Amino acid sequence: MFPASFDFYRAHSAEEAVSLLGEHGADSRILAGGQSLIPAMRYRLAQPTVLVDINQMQAANYITEENGELRIGATVRDSDLEFSDLIRTNYQLMSDVSDVVADPIVRFRGTLIGSLCHNDPSGDWPAAMLAARAKMIIQNKDGKRVVNADEFIVDSFTTAVEEGEMAVETIWPTPSKNTGASYQKIERKVGDYATAAAAVQLELNEDGTVKEAGIGITAVSYVALRVAEGEALLRGQKVTRNLIKAVAAEASKMADPIADGRGSAEYKKEVVGVLVAKGIMQSLERLGRKVEA
Amino acid sequence: MSDQIKDLNPAKECRAMGKSIKRREDARFVQGRGTYVDDIELPKMLHMAIVHSPYAHALIKGIDTAEALKVPGVKAIITAKDLAGFNLDWIPTLAGDKQMVLATDRVMYQYQEVAAVFAETRAQAVDAAQLVEVDYEPLEVVADPFKAREDKVILRTDREKKTNHIFNWNVGDREATDKALAEAEVRVKQKAYYPRVHASPLEPCAIVADMNTATGRLTLYLTSQAPHAHRTVVSLVTGIPESNIRIVSPDIGGGFGNKVPVYPGYVCAAAGTIVLGVPVKWVATRTESMTTDSFARDFHMEAEIGATKEGKVTALKVTTVADHGAFDAAADPSKYPAGLFSICTGSYDFPTAFTEVDAYYTNKTPGGVAYRCSFRVTEASYMIERAMDTAARELNMDPAEFRFKNFIQKEQFPYNSPLGWTYDSGDYETTFKVALEKVGYEELRKEQAEKRAKGEIMGIGISTFTEIVGAGPSKDFDILGIKMFDGAEIRIHPTGSVIVRAGTKSQGQGHETTWAQIVAEELGLDVDKILVEEGDTDTAPYGLGTYASRSTPTAGGALALGARRIREKAKRIAAHLLEVSADDIEWEDYKFQIKGVPSKSVTTQDCAFAAYTNPAPGDEPGLETTYYYDPPNLTFPHGAYICVVDIDKSTGEVKVRRFVAIDDCGTIINPMIVEGQVHGGLAEGFAMAFMQEIVYDEEGNHLNTNYTDYLIPTAYEVPKFETGNTVTPSPHHPIGAKGVGESPTVGSPAAYVNAVIDALSPYGVSEIDMPISREKVFSKLRAAGVEAF
Ligand SMILES: Cc1cc2nc3c(=O)[nH]c(=O)nc-3n(C[C@H](O)[C@H](O)[C@H](O)COP(=O)(O)OP(=O)(O)OC[C@H]3O[C@@H](n4cnc5c(N)ncnc54)[C@H](O)[C@@H]3O)c2cc1C
Repeated sequence: MFPASFDFYRAHSAEEAVSLLGEHGADSRILAGGQSLIPAMRYRLAQPTVLVDINQMQAANYITEENGELRIGATVRDSDLEFSDLIRTNYQLMSDVSDVVADPIVRFRGTLIGSLCHNDPSGDWPAAMLAARAKMIIQNKDGKRVVNADEFIVDSFTTAVEEGEMAVETIWPTPSKNTGASYQKIERKVGDYATAAAAVQLELNEDGTVKEAGIGITAVSYVALRVAEGEALLRGQKVTRNLIKAVAAEASKMADPIADGRGSAEYKKEVVGVLVAKGIMQSLERLGRKVEA
Repeated sequence: MSDQIKDLNPAKECRAMGKSIKRREDARFVQGRGTYVDDIELPKMLHMAIVHSPYAHALIKGIDTAEALKVPGVKAIITAKDLAGFNLDWIPTLAGDKQMVLATDRVMYQYQEVAAVFAETRAQAVDAAQLVEVDYEPLEVVADPFKAREDKVILRTDREKKTNHIFNWNVGDREATDKALAEAEVRVKQKAYYPRVHASPLEPCAIVADMNTATGRLTLYLTSQAPHAHRTVVSLVTGIPESNIRIVSPDIGGGFGNKVPVYPGYVCAAAGTIVLGVPVKWVATRTESMTTDSFARDFHMEAEIGATKEGKVTALKVTTVADHGAFDAAADPSKYPAGLFSICTGSYDFPTAFTEVDAYYTNKTPGGVAYRCSFRVTEASYMIERAMDTAARELNMDPAEFRFKNFIQKEQFPYNSPLGWTYDSGDYETTFKVALEKVGYEELRKEQAEKRAKGEIMGIGISTFTEIVGAGPSKDFDILGIKMFDGAEIRIHPTGSVIVRAGTKSQGQGHETTWAQIVAEELGLDVDKILVEEGDTDTAPYGLGTYASRSTPTAGGALALGARRIREKAKRIAAHLLEVSADDIEWEDYKFQIKGVPSKSVTTQDCAFAAYTNPAPGDEPGLETTYYYDPPNLTFPHGAYICVVDIDKSTGEVKVRRFVAIDDCGTIINPMIVEGQVHGGLAEGFAMAFMQEIVYDEEGNHLNTNYTDYLIPTAYEVPKFETGNTVTPSPHHPIGAKGVGESPTVGSPAAYVNAVIDALSPYGVSEIDMPISREKVFSKLRAAGVEAF
């Protein structure tokens, strides 16, 4: 299909982008990697009249780690994360996701921030953002504000980014050495959105009890969900098989999926629990630990 | 492999046959220098977009084109009313039915074509198509053939017979089969649904239609697997003399049977150019391709096998309910409404058999194309290979042993099957043994037993299939009355280079290479100096095109025999050059020599030069021929495929660990091309087994209209294949070749599915339908009480 006609602007700075968005209002959209926006336009599901292209915004292309935080700019592609040694060694969850989000070709264009802003209910990054307790910096003509993952993710395809605003940076806390993580995704083929997926990040105390747990699930509700009850069950506990079952059950309980070509609602509900369980087990394994008896 | 070829002709090394010559067409494809229909741009060309129905079944109360006509650049919008003026609102189908080109008073399936818009640019045409207002009054939808069978809602009100039943086709001895089944010591029933799938060529259907109003010539650049047949059809439907129609099928990005039918989009574009007097281009979108191209399969089958306690089969009965969609547009030879489904006795010596197919109309896209298959052979082969496994399980017998017990023996060929075919040749035991050895069957069974003891899940699936391809002998096969022979023309230029043309049309099969190899071999010429051209009806000899693995069995035969006819003339020239009589000349080591005197010889190239410069007295000058080959029989390729799977208990994921495919397609022209064809087909078999199904809901909504929802496997999903060959030449084919392009799609699905069932059988699983999703396996495991973690 062909998109409806639109005007095209190229912004070279966040300020310029925000000003263009302000000028053109609700019918204008930022064009990042275009991997979600362009297909939606071609099917005419989206018909913005103005596109503000940020791909030439050199200053937005950074991945930096300082003071226990990782900062990522708006034009950083999934493939930049996939091939980054820093990510591979220090950010297990992000590294896992960047291996399985979309397909290799799409990853060369698609951006992390674009994915988060798109906030597809089956997207991989929103679940990871929740589990990792990441944040987003949003800029408008008046300045910047920081939003937590829980507040950033609002509804299907809706985030805290308002009209006239641009997400300029996402911040991911640097995990401690005692942190293990895992992203478990079931997909029908490479490049498919998840049938169900679970992002798990566990920080352990020296005695093997859980210090902090992050669990995000996706493709099983109208948005990615944080399994807060499951996280609470884990906190302060040794990870036993029964505890894993209980946490998995919490995930399944929260899940409220729809039936589609990827599977029935019952299946997705059940399997997302299995994925949470597998995620917990792999997180432990990666720390050289096993499930307690 | 070239060793095996050499055996056919033990005296000497082959020149061109049996060699893995690189595909000569590939250079232009990989460099982006091919010419596809969409690459064709003509002056003043308009673009066409189609308006599709959102309803599966509805009356059309009115069509308002006023707003759409206001879009800049729009030149015209046509509906069925306009086509009716040219008698083109309905066209005949290959199956003897008729179909609407644009919806007349009603739509019969979702996405049916309702109007066509012509504009200066494609974008304008698409914009305007969105503004065409159609007033629909929805009708009750029948999206299921079993519901259609009840005849509560009659879909085809235009037909005299008020029923949704299209045909019953049966073959074999019903009474004898029923009796044999009743008397059988063991009776095993097996149901299997072969899902509706899409051939999904990468290049969608496309046309540039160009009516030159001055000359009255209509040129159609068309994604056509059968350009000549299409020319004849266009002439019959429009009344334009066939000499005034030229069809050019340029490079084609995959066909798989999908580009055999005549689609409404083609007709609208042709009508557009005839009315508007300027060229019209239409390139289907992916959604159009998915929703309006002919589908494949959609067979609800049930087989029953009778056997003795010792495991000897005594009878086979297969009954099928076929969903043909809104019009019977199945692409089959005229006498075979269910194609060659009666090959369903497969590789096994059933003393008696019976099969019948009942077809029904539903509110779905019409079709029934032979997707990488020789007319319903895929369905037949899948059914028998599934049923054989089930029977072996019931008999508590190893599925390999059961097959060995029942194979048609090498000595039985030519073998007359109970359903009326004469199998040309085969050696099923040998091929199967090669496969079993290669995969290490006995060790795998041991490994499986050990794994089962530990609660791990592994399965081994077998398919030892027989195909029936190369339609075909004119006594049985025609399309719209045109006999299914094929033609080849060979013209040798004075300097010994050659142009070869055939009535077939490669869509990726590699004819530009293999046709040259056949001619080079027969005439002792250099492959690189043989140009192969197909697809232009003005120049190529008549032929029925490329599908159903028929090109090598038909045009391949025409090429070999045409070359031999040229050799006869060249022999006379050789005699003239060597100043002896033709009786004293022998063809030896790719040369004409005086009998027993190798030093006195001339080549075909020498003879070619003489043909133009110094012809033999009394002979016509020149060295060329056109040969039409009507094969005496079909060919029956076979193979033995073995698949090994491991299943993840927690998620139900099936991993294909190994896939061994031993094919026997008779003489091999180019081993690399054969291997490539086999790889591609095994990948498509994998896709059907695990990923693909066109899904409709009860309202007839097509639920997977693009490649996000309809899955095409990539290199990530497709397993590694281990291929090999045995060679049992066809005794009746001029070079002993049988055709191979479809064996892997036909043979592999059953191997994949049998492997999964074999893996799950300890959990009481005996049924699973394609596509085998994780969910299906997951549910079966959970139902059997297997814990996920
Ligand atoms: C074949 C294919 C497979 C895919 N598979 C998956 C998958 O498995 N999992 C998955 O999660 N995703 C998948 N995707 C989506 C892909 O990851 C996209 O890249 C991603 O969702 C969007 O990133 P983008 O940079 O392309 O954003 P764009 O498409 O450019 O933009 C998406 C939306 O976000 C807005 N936006 C972008 N950047 C900003 C910004 N800085 N501030 C404010 N708004 C912004 C845009 O205006 C637009 O509305 C797939 C896409 C394709 C084409």
